[in-house]
Amino acid sequence: MFTDDAGKGGIAAGGPGNSENSMRRTGGDLVQLITPAGERISHPEFDPWLQDVSDEQLCALYEDMVVIRRIDAEATALQRQGELALWPPLLGQEASQIGSARALREDDFVFPSYRDNGVAYCRGVKPEDLVRAWRGNASAGWDPFTVNVATQQIIIGAQSLHATGYAMGIQNDGADCVAVAYFGDGATSEGDVNEAMVFAASFQAPVVFFCQNNHWAISEPVRLQSHIQLADRASGFGIPSMRVDGNDVLAVMAATRIALDRARRGGGPTFIEAVTYRMGPHTTADDPTRYRDANELEDWAAKDPISRMKSLLERKGLLTAGFEAAVAAQADAVAKELRAGTINMPEPQPLDIFKHVYSTPHSWLDRQQEHYSRYLASFGDPAEAASEEGAR
Amino acid sequence: MIKEFRLPDLGEGLTESEIVAWKVAVGDTVTLNQIIAEVETAKAVVELPSPFAGVVAALHEQPGTVVEVGKPIVSFEIEGDDGADGSGGGAEAGGKREPNLVGYGAVLEASGRPARRARTFAAPAASPAAAEPVAPVRAVEPVAPVRAPEPVETKPAASASGERPRSTPPVRKLAKDLGVDLEAVTGSGERGLITRDDVLNFVGGGDLPATMQGLGAQEAAGATAQAAGLVQARGERETRTPIKGVRKFTAAAMVASAFTAPHVTEFLTVDVTPTMELLARLKASRAFAGYKLTPLTLVSKAVLIALRNHPTLNARWDEANQEIVQFNYVNLGIAAATPRGLTVPNIKDADRMSLMDLSTALTELTDTARAGKTSPEALSGGTISITNIGVFGIDAGTPILNPGEAAILALGAVRKMPWEYQDEVALRQVMTLSLSFDHRLVDGEQGSRFLQDLGAMLADPGMVLAMV
Repeated sequence: MFTDDAGKGGIAAGGPGNSENSMRRTGGDLVQLITPAGERISHPEFDPWLQDVSDEQLCALYEDMVVIRRIDAEATALQRQGELALWPPLLGQEASQIGSARALREDDFVFPSYRDNGVAYCRGVKPEDLVRAWRGNASAGWDPFTVNVATQQIIIGAQSLHATGYAMGIQNDGADCVAVAYFGDGATSEGDVNEAMVFAASFQAPVVFFCQNNHWAISEPVRLQSHIQLADRASGFGIPSMRVDGNDVLAVMAATRIALDRARRGGGPTFIEAVTYRMGPHTTADDPTRYRDANELEDWAAKDPISRMKSLLERKGLLTAGFEAAVAAQADAVAKELRAGTINMPEPQPLDIFKHVYSTPHSWLDRQQEHYSRYLASFGDPAEAASEEGAR
Repeated sequence: MIKEFRLPDLGEGLTESEIVAWKVAVGDTVTLNQIIAEVETAKAVVELPSPFAGVVAALHEQPGTVVEVGKPIVSFEIEGDDGADGSGGGAEAGGKREPNLVGYGAVLEASGRPARRARTFAAPAASPAAAEPVAPVRAVEPVAPVRAPEPVETKPAASASGERPRSTPPVRKLAKDLGVDLEAVTGSGERGLITRDDVLNFVGGGDLPATMQGLGAQEAAGATAQAAGLVQARGERETRTPIKGVRKFTAAAMVASAFTAPHVTEFLTVDVTPTMELLARLKASRAFAGYKLTPLTLVSKAVLIALRNHPTLNARWDEANQEIVQFNYVNLGIAAATPRGLTVPNIKDADRMSLMDLSTALTELTDTARAGKTSPEALSGGTISITNIGVFGIDAGTPILNPGEAAILALGAVRKMPWEYQDEVALRQVMTLSLSFDHRLVDGEQGSRFLQDLGAMLADPGMVLAMV
């Protein structure tokens, strides 16, 4: 079903590629376990990886998706209210992010892009830390080593190199944890991602390349970026790949578990293409109506990840009024926490810029800090500045 | 209590947005994040969610209005100090926030217009060329290979470069706090840098507040040996010059001109190698022995010839009588930088002069101006002007019209540049002509044709045969 034996080759360039009806898929047919109507489809290869997923866990996955969508909506509103400079919405990509992040082990290490706020949330990043950098109050929102999530990479695809490097470090340590690089469809056209895949394959590094194909690299449609399925690109590097319905939280989770297991057992890297859709703008500064068809959005709204999960829970009799109320309350609470944390966030102090540059004292930096302190003092009211000058 | 919502920067670095429609009315109760308005930015139409739960107390802007970022657009009456939904002091925080975040560059001036800093064309202030002709020129950034860029909108500055005075951020902050306009302060630092002392002296003169004097002393005391030399070099801490005479006249004239005549500036870059060759031949010829011939002489002559076919540029807008005055003579103004400031004496009836007479008149005009002996008569009655910024090594600018005139031409420096010549790239002598004209009476067509003819003559002096 997925190209475990890499190097099938034989993919003609300029083929039908990413058009919806393409049959040319070396990455395998699109794997779907939950239909848009909420029907659970059995799948001989993927089902074994989900045997332990209880009803309770299904409900938890649903709650995660609802909460992260609410965080996303609240952050978007905060941007419109002038509290954030910018926000990259993930609306529509909840299943891809929650399904994969919930498959990870605590000691795995995530290298995310700016849009992977759902992943960060699952790893334990606090709501206000998600927006800290977007408010301009810090250059990074959290300490990567407390949550095993690197700071969100703005440069497209650069984090894939970091992930591969980290994975090579894991090999050197002889550990069985995995590095996971999250990136989008556009990033697969970047040199960094290609280089990362070359190295990952050469060293058989324990890294998972998790590509959320949300169909748009800002205004560039994926069909222009690649004439073959993105999953098929991996086989060119000798990396096995899977192509899953990215709006299906279970398919994503199973695929991620397969990839993680392979990496832990020394099987090297895996490329996962989660086929999803960015239902919102690229960022709050973007207007997608200028470049994409409204019909396309409508088609994808019918495949919404949360509503299909809701239907599944309903079919299973898990969607009680009490549960729904609890999920809504949780989403409200997190949104309120995010809003309060954002608005009351302390402004950074000028000298904070010197924190987190080196972990140990550094004489050059100390010198710069001293100069900068004096410079700042020269702004102050004359009496204060004078006393500081005197104290020097 | 009343909370204001100020228009935030909805994109990255936007300075204004248009209110497309209000989704609420005064008196409406709104919930947190309820959509209250539709706003169009330069990038997108977006919906504005309410930052508060409360009652709409006032809508400050009408639909269709373009609003600057930071201006209040709606007020809410809300209960208690904090928003009921944890919205906290959102408006205050939002209001105070300057739109100066991720990749935004410097905070914009209050005017909201992103003022691009003009490129510095450092004019050698006290060079021997001080009496060479020059006019107030607003330096512009070259804009791509477009021949006629939009005139850059800057304040008609007193300084020749049109740039803001040089100073450091702490000094600008101090000046702002003390209400000092740095344009009025003379810088004593390196290359005219305005120092803290310059600002303090400007405000207080000898009567500095004790704390400020203390600061000055501390600074001086704290200065190291190398800085001590600097302190000495500063010399007089402030120079106050009464605004009078030429400076006062120039200022009034420039303000009057810049704010009454709508200026348009067009640029044309010309291969003037043939003109320079002609100049060399004329200089070597016996007939012109003893005459001072410069590129300005030949360009002046070319202007006078071009005006025969384009008299509309030799005209005046008479506002009082609601008439356009067409001059049938040319009093050619030449902008001259003198020790006392800028003057624009003119050569009467220059159109009737031979090249020799014109050369003599130009030399006299320059010498007289340099000696500061230009008569009031020579300063009035000009009909069109030329300013030679090329002598300062400048290529182009947007000259301000001498009041009452319809056009002014700025000559750029003659430079050797790779240029298209007979379908190949050759090293040619190239000059940029900058023509400003009063758009009330000169249309783009007339200005362009005049400039085109002028360029044609300079590119091939033989063209004169075809024009007169």
